[in-house]
Amino acid sequence: MFDRTMSTLHPEHSIRASHGLLSASDLTVTLDGKTLLDIPSIRIDAGGPTIVMGPNGAGKSLLLRLLHGLVLPSRGSIFMQGDPLDAKRRRRQAMVFQSPVILRRSVRANVEFALAAHGVPRARRRSEAIRLLTVAGLQDKARQSAPSLSGGERQKLTVVRALATRPEVLFLDEPTSNLDPASVMAIENLIMNASAEGTKIVLVTHDIGQAGRLGEDVLFLHQGRITEQTPLQAFTVSPKSQEAAAYLSGELLI
Amino acid sequence: MNNFAESFSVSLRLVFLGDAELWAIVLLSLQVSLTAVILACLIGMPFGAMLAVTRFPGRRPLVVTVNALMGLPPVVVGLLVYLMLSNSGPLGVLQLLYTPSAMIIAQLILVAPIIAALTRQTVESLNEEYADQLRSLGVTHLRSVPTLLWDGRFSLATAVLAGFGRAIAEVGAVMIVGGNINHVTRVMTTTIALETSKGNLALALALGAILILIALAVNAAVTLLDAVSRQVSYV
Repeated sequence: MFDRTMSTLHPEHSIRASHGLLSASDLTVTLDGKTLLDIPSIRIDAGGPTIVMGPNGAGKSLLLRLLHGLVLPSRGSIFMQGDPLDAKRRRRQAMVFQSPVILRRSVRANVEFALAAHGVPRARRRSEAIRLLTVAGLQDKARQSAPSLSGGERQKLTVVRALATRPEVLFLDEPTSNLDPASVMAIENLIMNASAEGTKIVLVTHDIGQAGRLGEDVLFLHQGRITEQTPLQAFTVSPKSQEAAAYLSGELLI
Repeated sequence: MNNFAESFSVSLRLVFLGDAELWAIVLLSLQVSLTAVILACLIGMPFGAMLAVTRFPGRRPLVVTVNALMGLPPVVVGLLVYLMLSNSGPLGVLQLLYTPSAMIIAQLILVAPIIAALTRQTVESLNEEYADQLRSLGVTHLRSVPTLLWDGRFSLATAVLAGFGRAIAEVGAVMIVGGNINHVTRVMTTTIALETSKGNLALALALGAILILIALAVNAAVTLLDAVSRQVSYV
């Protein structure tokens, strides 16, 4: 769905292979004495989409928010291409939340806002926003009030808005939960095209089918710990951990 | 009863035949209250928004104080402004007492906390929804303020109208600091009080009718804004 001009939007990816695109060590998040996340080390490499799976309350959303710098760890550090994740590097990431956050303005103004926040000159914002909305099939709704869009359209808009910032990493937290199949397919198309254009996708989902359609590798979380990080096919056919096997068979209790 | 009917008929004549004195009073009232509300917006909105998005020691007591100031008794405000502006007061040198400027200052003190408190409430609730998204887009706390004010514009317009309603209907403070001087500081509310005490019910009734019309117009505007905010097609 994304045309080839999208590739010109991407900054050069100079990944220092030895560090991975994203990495962290000794990562801990505690709240009121309770450990919510305890990850001795994690490394996410550039390439195909990484799927984050695990039962409810496993810490998937928290992990995404940590890696995106929205939450500070109680202990440990996060690195992007080997350098500490600071405000400058955070601007090379984007995130789509489970509940779409829509600014109370027009559809086009939502995209223009993201472009403005990333320093795109005013003269280019309108045409760029229309181009991105056209890619997502939302061009006819450009002047419509964004809060009046349907659930699927709202989530499509948040994906387009996130991609407007030309992220090197795009985190998506269950972006298609509660959407109809057509909306799911439209959003998956946007994600796959962004991935093909070089954006690293890190996606939280409970949908094994979606994981199979989009993912290259899986990171499985259980009770705040990563129990498995493995290629997708190996994960679905023969998961290494008992927790992952129980999750896939629908028997895992939190 | 006849007296009331006669006063009512004279008051209608005053309104519809465009009595110069009556409209001069209405115009001064609007001038004073609108100026006070505009100044209150310039101070109250950024202050309320900053209070909503920032966290610092003492913030909670400050929020409580601003909320409490919404209910300031107008006569007390009038008295304090009088003490400040009187010849022996710290601002006496400005010679503002018994001028429209003094009335604007008094109304500003009454309206600014209303605008600030309602802005804080609106922006804080919007910020709860927006905060992660704005941070994700790299927008800092400070830079998020204009965004939150703009996106909360319909709710904030209601706050402005509430402030205007308070200002235009206020009598105690402007009476004390304005002095109700004919053709200088006489506004609708002070004139109604004076003319009623003098038994000139016609002018008081005419001004009362206009004041009620203004109150109705403000309420209609609030309702209309609410409807517009739901249906508007944005640019």
